[in-house]
Amino acid sequence: QSQLNMTQGVSEISQRVYNLHMTIFYICCVIGVIVFGIMFASMILHRKSKGHQPATFHENVKVEILWTAIPFVILIGMAIPATKTLIAMEDTSESDVTIIVTGSQWKWHYKYFDRDVEFFSLLATPQEQINNRLQKGENYLLEVDRPLVIPTDRKVRFLITSDDVIHAWWVPDFAIKKDANPGFINEIWTKVETPGVYRGQCAELCGKDHGFMPIVVIAKEPDEFESWLDEQEVIAREAKAEEQRLLALSMSKEELMSLGESVYLGNCAACHQPNGEGIPGVFPSLKGTDMVLNDRDAHIDIVVNGKKGTAMQAFGAQLSLRELAAVITYERNAWGNNTGDLVQAADVNQFVNR
Amino acid sequence: MAQQHEKYYVPAYSPWPIMGAIGLFLIAFGAAHTVIDMSKEIDGWGSNVLWTGIAVIILMLFGWFRDQINESLAGMHSKQLGNSYRQGMTWFIFSEVMFFSAFFGALFYARFISVEWLGGASNNAMTNEVLWPAFEAHWPLTLTPGGIESGSMGWMGLPLYNTIILIVSSVTCHLAHVNLEKNNRKMLTTWLGITVLLGCTFLYFQVAEYIHAYQDLGLRLDSGVYGNTFFMLTGFHGVHVTLGTIMLLVMFLRVLKGHFTPDNHFAFQATSWYWHFVDVVWVCLFIFVYVM
Amino acid sequence: MSTAAGEMTHHDHHHHAPSGLTRWFFTTNHKEIGSLYLWFSFIMFLVGGSMAMVIRAELFQPGLQLVEPHFFNQMTTVHGLVMVFGAVMPAFVGLANWMIPLMIGAPDMALPRMNNWSFWILPFAFMILLGSLFMEGGGPAFGWTFYAPLSTSYSPDSTALFVFSIHIMGISSIMGAINVIVTVMNMRAPGMTYMKMPMFVWTWLITAFLLIAVMPVLACAATMVLTDKYFGTSFFDAAGGGDPVLFQHIFWFFGHPEVYIMILPSFGIVSAIIPAFSRKKLFGYSSMVYATGAIAGLSFLVWAHHMFTTGMPVGAEIFFMYATMLISIPTGVKVFNWVATMWRGAISFETPMLFAIAFVVLFTIGGFSGLMLAMTPADFQYHDSYFVVAHFHYVLVSGAVFSIMAAAYYWLPKWTGHMYDETLGRWHFWCSLISVNVLFFPMHFVGLAGMPRRIPDYALQFADINKIVSYGAFAFGLSQLIFLWVVIKCARGGERAPMKPWEGAEGLEWTIPSPAPLHTFETPPEVK
Ligand code: HEA
Ligand code: HEA
Ligand code: CUA
Ligand SMILES: [Cu+2]
Repeated sequence: QSQLNMTQGVSEISQRVYNLHMTIFYICCVIGVIVFGIMFASMILHRKSKGHQPATFHENVKVEILWTAIPFVILIGMAIPATKTLIAMEDTSESDVTIIVTGSQWKWHYKYFDRDVEFFSLLATPQEQINNRLQKGENYLLEVDRPLVIPTDRKVRFLITSDDVIHAWWVPDFAIKKDANPGFINEIWTKVETPGVYRGQCAELCGKDHGFMPIVVIAKEPDEFESWLDEQEVIAREAKAEEQRLLALSMSKEELMSLGESVYLGNCAACHQPNGEGIPGVFPSLKGTDMVLNDRDAHIDIVVNGKKGTAMQAFGAQLSLRELAAVITYERNAWGNNTGDLVQAADVNQFVNR
Repeated sequence: MAQQHEKYYVPAYSPWPIMGAIGLFLIAFGAAHTVIDMSKEIDGWGSNVLWTGIAVIILMLFGWFRDQINESLAGMHSKQLGNSYRQGMTWFIFSEVMFFSAFFGALFYARFISVEWLGGASNNAMTNEVLWPAFEAHWPLTLTPGGIESGSMGWMGLPLYNTIILIVSSVTCHLAHVNLEKNNRKMLTTWLGITVLLGCTFLYFQVAEYIHAYQDLGLRLDSGVYGNTFFMLTGFHGVHVTLGTIMLLVMFLRVLKGHFTPDNHFAFQATSWYWHFVDVVWVCLFIFVYVM
Repeated sequence: MSTAAGEMTHHDHHHHAPSGLTRWFFTTNHKEIGSLYLWFSFIMFLVGGSMAMVIRAELFQPGLQLVEPHFFNQMTTVHGLVMVFGAVMPAFVGLANWMIPLMIGAPDMALPRMNNWSFWILPFAFMILLGSLFMEGGGPAFGWTFYAPLSTSYSPDSTALFVFSIHIMGISSIMGAINVIVTVMNMRAPGMTYMKMPMFVWTWLITAFLLIAVMPVLACAATMVLTDKYFGTSFFDAAGGGDPVLFQHIFWFFGHPEVYIMILPSFGIVSAIIPAFSRKKLFGYSSMVYATGAIAGLSFLVWAHHMFTTGMPVGAEIFFMYATMLISIPTGVKVFNWVATMWRGAISFETPMLFAIAFVVLFTIGGFSGLMLAMTPADFQYHDSYFVVAHFHYVLVSGAVFSIMAAAYYWLPKWTGHMYDETLGRWHFWCSLISVNVLFFPMHFVGLAGMPRRIPDYALQFADINKIVSYGAFAFGLSQLIFLWVVIKCARGGERAPMKPWEGAEGLEWTIPSPAPLHTFETPPEVK
């Protein structure tokens, strides 16, 4: 199923981009055939071994003007469709749906503008597949836990930005690639014609796991999309309420440790490594370090609020209180840290509201 | 061609260049480790290496220029060689111009593009609305989008005095040169001496201005892009003035020793070009960093 | 061109050369320094190539096999840096050192001591850069383009070493370039007017100008990265009023002229070799000169074509698209002139000519993909995919590197006094030609199919092609060992080379004996 050419994609724009690509490609082929043709002809006809005597001309103003002018005309021919397509692509006005897309090391965050729906989207391929211990699945490296959902036949506008370094949001089927610059917002739009699942990847080197930051977009019929969005709002509201309710309850050490481990492996291990030792000089170790062993408050604070100017993100925005509590507990007790501390959701909550 | 029968002087094997390379290596390696040590707040050996490197470079310059001067005094240099030196210096100054241009470019970008965009200009309406709703574009950027406040540096007072000082010093430097060409040694010494003093005064005021910025205005190297461009531009310029002043001082000492003749004084000429270049940069700085 | 043969007598002020290593440390002779540059660049080519082999081995099949992603990124980054700053640029400076004085009838470079200084900085600079790979946290891992803020807040501790090594490389390049310009402007033999200079000298003159203009800009970018990372400035941080994209503007203002720095001398080399083996004068000499100038001039106006996806306003995108497209015209003039030079010549196919012909074809293919990249809407799809990797390896490997090989074969007889082994040379050529295409052509396909660059692992649909690419890479790497063999063999002996081994060659360098004596043209020849 390996493809060799640019995709024609699923929007009018992507089709236009494909056509532009092919046009330029064919023009280059024709020029190439002519130029190389003449060159090879002379290599065959005018070789010394065949006794060809060299001519002595070395200048011809007319020809030279000609082969300056003709390419110029060709270029104008190329520039016209390119400019038209470009202007259409950059016109983000009058959109129907707006989504804020935020890249951070190494996941995407989607938020529906003016709606109460937002979520992170992480690589779903298991580590065992990457390390060749399990058979690789069909969508190896191109699968996520929560795909983005958009409507078909609507102009969807994406506001693209980043939390840390530069990423780029690329879905080939939409002919969209835009850099996610921290502190700035770039706009881009698409209008998808056919429902389906479309896959892409982060396209700007963003550090260690740049290769493991896929994008999956599901395009649904508009009414299907609307009901999905409503449903998500309800789920989000219920989750919040549930969280408040659970605040009062404390979890057992076993619960905390097992939930903590899975959260850790999903969110923290990319940098701090599954064994907690980090990568010296790049990502700090958590094993036996002072903060983890002795300073519980600082530990909760850094996990919840992050550390500015480093790859350490504010996980308070990404994980539930329970998950935060669990992962902090896990870090304080795994790999021989054995502080015995239990951190509960209520403890974490104090730091979130700060 | 006039130089046709003059022989071009090709120096023999020389130990100085590789010493210069080693010096630069020690400086680069040492400076890097100094910076790394600083960021980790440890007392490392980086700065020792750095200072050794600087010492090596100074030693190298002494040796290299000694050879050079001796050759020149021995009359081994042809006119053509003089041209090479002059052209070499010109292109070196051109490279410095490009270095400063890049920083000026950054200043203009910050001022007319990035700050404006953060304030919602051009295709960045959403940048302001979503990410920095409280931020309004203004220059000097005394309140950054992230909320750092600082003062800004006016052009009256010290900056203006410094501008006058440097322009005057350019004139005195030129007068020294004119008198050298007229072989008027006494006037040469006087004007050159004044130039050196003006250079030192400039530096003194510059330091005073930095102290003022840090202590009274709260304008620091890390107070946002206004402070960044201010300190980087004036700072690199200051380094150049320091070098220029040292060069002028060396010329002064050499004049006292009786070096240079009206038609053989490349080193002096190069120094004077350099000094004029430093002045021009300052005038641009004064206009674009302070006044506008 | 007729010349009074250079005077070869040993003149009194040429002290006797120190023996052993000291001689190479202290030398001020352009030929010795040229050789130092060439050997250094070849070693760096092997080092950078070995890193490419690590990259290709990891990408041989999907999944992580050999290296960690963090190390992979270091390999990509340092491969790019070493090849650009350590292999290709020094190779051209080496050729300039060797050939420019010989071509313009000068006794040496204009500033011989500075020449030595600019060379010896390089090994030290690369010691720092390569050494940083062994530091805790590893070496630079942010791509050769070191985009902020990945290179500032998010970079390894060793970044300061990277920055300072770039600084001293820059100093070296600037000094080298000043030397070339001054030599060309001030040291030409009587009668050698500008419009009589060999094309190689012309292209290098313009290259040197580009170098002096843009290396300081790179220094500026590197300095700002240093202060952003270690001194709290926020040039590239929106919170302080800066912009990460500012870095890219400064970098590419350097970076785009930089890629022409790596191709203009190639144009000069090819413009010497094609006429020589076509036994016919270069077609359109003056338009070649103007075209080179036009390429250099335009190169300052196109930098943002590397930044189409950064979110520039549409007006800027259109401007940079048009300006970029325009570069095809002067470049086309060059290609057409080469073809016209071959037309109705009497062509023979010795190794230098083979490489030169391959250069013209493969460089043009790389140019075509460049033109495709210049079309902004299409670049949104190509950008940061393997299509770009394919583009620049066509212009850099089968372009710049092939031209350096061609130059080496062309001038080896002059340098060593021996003919190289023609059979081995042809083996080297054919192995390289075939494998380089197996290596880089399929990259276009995976790129178009959607494979991003700078990734250590990829989705399954890219597997087949990556395997082919890796086979090509190993074959191309091994082919280069033939070259090493040819050069060593030629340096150590072989058939004696005459003064002018190539029937159709022109220029002052062929009026002196082979090997070229240490001192040549001590009194300038007369050029009519
Ligand atoms: C030697 C180096 C070299 C050279 C010569 C070129 C030449 C050109 N390059 Fe390339 N380029 C690179 C090295 C080089 N490039 C590198 C290293 C990168 C990637 C950097 C990185 O991101 O790491 C890059 C990336 C790059 C990009 C950015 C891609 C992206 O990241 O999205 C673009 C976009 O416009 C581009 C365009 C061009 C063009 C238009 C030319 C033109 O000069 C080509 C002109 C030549 C021809 C067109 C062929 C001959 C002409 C004719 C036969 C005449 C008739 C033809 C027509 C009228 C069509 N290049
Ligand atoms: C002039 C510059 C130049 C040259 C000559 C090359 C040469 C090669 N490059 Fe280079 N490359 C760049 C400049 C260059 N590259 C740049 C600028 C980048 C971008 C970096 C970035 O993204 O930041 C890049 C990136 C790059 C990538 C993309 C990496 C990524 O995005 O993750 C790849 C992948 O295949 C690659 C491969 C190769 C190969 C196989 C060669 C081969 O031609 C090398 C052949 C040479 C040898 C192999 C050495 C000689 C032989 C031996 C030492 C014997 C041992 C050999 C064997 C065991 C087989 N290069
Ligand atoms: Cu995110 Cu690459
Ligand atoms: Cu470019």
